[in-house]
Amino acid sequence: MSAPNTSFDPVEVTPLHADEVARARDEALAAIAAAGSLDELKAARLAHAGDRSPLALANREIGALPPAARAEAGKRVGGARREISEALKARQEVLEAERDERVLVEEAVDVTLPYDRRPRGARHPITTVAERMADIFVAMGFEVAEGPEVEAEWFNFDALNMPPDHPARSMQDTFFVADPSAPEPRESGLVLRTHTSPVQARALLGRELPVYVVAPGRTFRSDELDATHSPVFHQLEGMAVDRGLGLADLRGAIDAFVSEMFGSGLRTRFRPSYFPFTEPSAEVDMECFVCRGASVGRPDRPCRTCGSEGWIEIGGCGVINPRVLRACGVDTDTYSGWAFGIGVERTLMFAHGAQDMHDIVEGDVRFASAFGMEI
Amino acid sequence: MRVPLSWLREYVDLPAEVPARELAAKLVAAGLEVETVEESGAGLSGPLVVGEVLAFEVLEGFKKPIRYCRVDVGKANGSGEPQNIICGAANFEAGDRVVVALPGTVLPGGFAIGARKTYGKMSEGMICSVAELGMGEDHSGILVLPQGTPAQPGDDAVPLLGLDDHVLDIAVTPDRGYALSIRGVAREAATAYGLPFRDPAAIEAPDTAEGSWPAAVEGEGICHRYVLRGVTGFDPAAPTPVWMRRRLELAGMRSISLAVDITNYVMLELGQPLHAWDRTTLRGPLVVRLAREGERLETLDHVERRLDPDDILITDDSGPINIAGVMGGLTTEIGDTSTDILIEAAHFAETHIARTARRHRLNSEASRRFERGVDSALQLAAATRAVELLAELGGARIDPGVTHVRRERPAPAIELRLDHPGKVAGIDYPHGAVLEALRDIGATVRAGGRVLDLSEPYTVETGTDTVTVEPPTWRPDLTEPNDLAEEVIRLEGYESIPARAPQAPAGHGLTRAQRLRRRVGRALAADGYTEVLNFPFTAARAYDDLRLPDDDPRRRTLRLVNPFSDDTPLLRTTLLPGLLDALARNAGRGFPDAALYETGLVYLRGEGGFAPPPRLSVDRGPSPEELAELAASIPEQPRRVAVALSGQREPAGWWGPAQPAGWADAIEAARTVVREAGLELTAEAARHAPWHPGRCAALHLTAPDGERILIGHAGELHPRVVAAYGLPERTAAMEIDLDPVERLAQEPTAPGVSTFPAAYQDVALVVPAATPAQDVQDALRAGAGELLESLRLFDVYQGDQIGADRKSLAYALRFRAPDRTLTTDEITTARDAAVTAATERTGAVLRGA
Repeated sequence: MSAPNTSFDPVEVTPLHADEVARARDEALAAIAAAGSLDELKAARLAHAGDRSPLALANREIGALPPAARAEAGKRVGGARREISEALKARQEVLEAERDERVLVEEAVDVTLPYDRRPRGARHPITTVAERMADIFVAMGFEVAEGPEVEAEWFNFDALNMPPDHPARSMQDTFFVADPSAPEPRESGLVLRTHTSPVQARALLGRELPVYVVAPGRTFRSDELDATHSPVFHQLEGMAVDRGLGLADLRGAIDAFVSEMFGSGLRTRFRPSYFPFTEPSAEVDMECFVCRGASVGRPDRPCRTCGSEGWIEIGGCGVINPRVLRACGVDTDTYSGWAFGIGVERTLMFAHGAQDMHDIVEGDVRFASAFGMEI
Repeated sequence: MRVPLSWLREYVDLPAEVPARELAAKLVAAGLEVETVEESGAGLSGPLVVGEVLAFEVLEGFKKPIRYCRVDVGKANGSGEPQNIICGAANFEAGDRVVVALPGTVLPGGFAIGARKTYGKMSEGMICSVAELGMGEDHSGILVLPQGTPAQPGDDAVPLLGLDDHVLDIAVTPDRGYALSIRGVAREAATAYGLPFRDPAAIEAPDTAEGSWPAAVEGEGICHRYVLRGVTGFDPAAPTPVWMRRRLELAGMRSISLAVDITNYVMLELGQPLHAWDRTTLRGPLVVRLAREGERLETLDHVERRLDPDDILITDDSGPINIAGVMGGLTTEIGDTSTDILIEAAHFAETHIARTARRHRLNSEASRRFERGVDSALQLAAATRAVELLAELGGARIDPGVTHVRRERPAPAIELRLDHPGKVAGIDYPHGAVLEALRDIGATVRAGGRVLDLSEPYTVETGTDTVTVEPPTWRPDLTEPNDLAEEVIRLEGYESIPARAPQAPAGHGLTRAQRLRRRVGRALAADGYTEVLNFPFTAARAYDDLRLPDDDPRRRTLRLVNPFSDDTPLLRTTLLPGLLDALARNAGRGFPDAALYETGLVYLRGEGGFAPPPRLSVDRGPSPEELAELAASIPEQPRRVAVALSGQREPAGWWGPAQPAGWADAIEAARTVVREAGLELTAEAARHAPWHPGRCAALHLTAPDGERILIGHAGELHPRVVAAYGLPERTAAMEIDLDPVERLAQEPTAPGVSTFPAAYQDVALVVPAATPAQDVQDALRAGAGELLESLRLFDVYQGDQIGADRKSLAYALRFRAPDRTLTTDEITTARDAAVTAATERTGAVLRGA
């Protein structure tokens, strides 16, 4: 590389003539504009802006000019070189953008290809519906209580005001666990719990008052398996024991649940009924969340969800029988409570249109997959 | 309880225009669960009349003889001339009264009757059978009205036969035994409509000292009232009148004979079960007592029964003749020649009858009523009603004597604060409303020792806020203030109960264990597993199919006395049988590539002896000792989580080949579970059924004190297990206990995040092929010290380059210090220390060294 010429040369230098500079500039700009690729542009850069390019050489001659002429020549050459440099830069950007565009187009893929590489799993809708139901009460301040599935008859029956000869006891279709010490199957005082209600007694015995709990869980009755029944099913038990509780408080809790679970503004209805562990007892119906009663008496507009009854039975409830509280050591002069039981399968069937109990119990992956992780 | 409306209307004057459905709704609101309202004789219309067969001519030449009858139908046909009617039946004679459907009649089922030519004659209508009238199944002949039926030719047969009736079918809850009678339902109907109630039990009965048959009750608390009344000269051939047959049929009972029908009729009407003996078969005085060991009785159903010392018996000098309240004996049964009949109306102890009925599997209309408690003051009236019917309908003479043994229980008295019902409901009821409800249910109410006259609106004197309530004799279920509160609330109407938003104290939300369980489910589902909920019932074969050794604890199962299916009497001790069945089911339905999980309890039978749970008192809370004893008898029921997977974990696709599901997935599933608890799992080779002996890992957690806890196993299943369950080859499974995972769960703590540069070192170590990678990894980790940030096995190589029975494990080590950039020396030293440790512990040799 040659250093700038600093020796004084009084002779006028041809390359510094204005015409020459303009010509070199024009040639450079033309070459840059003509460059069709980054490689061509690189060649043009070398030829017109490199160290050996005419203007670079001309620039070196500036020092040889008489001082009076230097400024003008410098300005002329500098301006031309700047113009070229800017043109190069602009062209570079254009060509790079074109190249990128081309490469990215070449890398394009078919975004409609399916990518079912990792099959999705799912939780069982009974699990997630029960969680959803429990969470509604947890949000109201309730806790989730638990108990064993093989249960002592005392918890499943006696403590719930069903003494051994109570007619309700034989109505329960109980699975009896055989005495393991006997060679022939005989009753042992253990059963598969027929309802989640024994958790009421367990919660009362295990907690300080007041008690506000829900107990979702598996329950068992010796029913046949058909479209609407299963020997293994799930309930959500709810219970509150506090000072001064009555049916109105129960109704408030049920109403809050129904609004959250099925839609706000749905009415509920209590019908007198009988359960040994509650007195008074009631069956709870809620207004059909599909037709809201519009199908009643309208054969032209039947409702499949409620069978055009306008109401859907959702469970049983009542004021906890003081005998139950006494069996659990609760002072009934001070405390009273309410309890309810709601079927989880029924809720799933109503809320999500499950049609057949077989689908719920058979473990076909297609069934659960429709429900994902949460309901 | 099936209640014909016509019968109900005898005791309450329901307005004729009250529709059956409205009545049903009112009864439902009052607590009687009316399940259906049936309209009997639906679709029946028309001139259906009584006829008298005057004569008939038998037409021959057909498949069976056909009768061409002349039937007097009075003026019902307009002309008064006899009708000519063809009839195929032969069970009648001239002079018999029958039911004639005149032309224009439409019988139930839309069967229109006209005049038509048949068998060469014009038939002007039809003589009807029971089945054609919609009264029963009997097609065997036409209905011949019994002698003495109060009807003349031409009378409308519809009301006579009770053909246009409604029947309410009520599912009676165990607390409302009184509603197992027309009497009880009529009382509720009267209350619901505010109408007077005529009590069918208000029968004048002689209460003489003269007995009808000697009887005694031996023993306390088995029989509270024992009434016998007798008749003689009963005509055993007397037919049951049509109206009674019809009512029995509508109520769901078959007509058998007049005497039996009368006992059933009175039971349905009053709710008091009766027994009838042929008096000539009885030997000496009757004694009500408990059975003695070894006693036997052949009951009406021809079954020889061994009696239990808890069974109440009726005995005479010959021994047991009845199982009280449940079933009579064969030898004393009334039959078609019995003329002298003894009627028993008793009040037996409810619990004894319940146990006896259960023990002998003899649930009957009688036992159902006795179990729920019959009216303890009803027996004399019921026996009297029965003998009066025997006299009226069967020509019997009533014995004047009445046997009446009384061992009554004291009438209960319930102290009731008048504001109690309101507190239970959450609404204020005026005292007057409370008293009115008590009156309507038939209770006697005392205030300050004085019986209140509730017939007029009653105002309680100021200062009286408590009354003493004596429930009526037919309501033994009312024993506590809450029972009375329910009566008040139901009569005031459940619809008036307001809704009060719950006021629970601030709660704690879900427990850590509950949250963990949800996370475990989500993590497995996110990892491709689908949850199933299998029945916990297993077959003995399931454990054989798992190839469990004979002494495997998982074979120590609990058994059900009354299993869902005889094939599956055992409660599961492992989740695997259910899971594998579900996997096979999915494969059979076209999903061989399935990954399933289940979380649930298993039920373990302890090794020691079994102590049955104590039957604790219910009058007070159990003591801690009692609770502990109870808890000790309840089998251990640990919560498990298990997975099973088969086929392809990842299918083949444009991204590459398929990845088969296998042992590593199963082990990883266990890691996925414990990771949710902030724990790490160690796996070591194990031989454990039902897994492949070379592809099974025992899975351990380490407690804070260093104890290693075995939580389960995972790996590929034994090929024979796979075959036994009909599963795709190489099916893999995992099962672990969740309880220790919940117990040891760690709260996460924030790590220090160093922003200094990391240094990467790869090492390849050659070890004997049998050396567990876990050991090499543990050694590397221990040797590398604190500067090691992470370590990852990225390749396993076996082949000629390193010699037989050896493998090369290639690890990527990443080092980083929290406070500085590591120097080359530091990195090299740490790496060398790691390799040295691996060499010392496992004999590993640095590959290429």
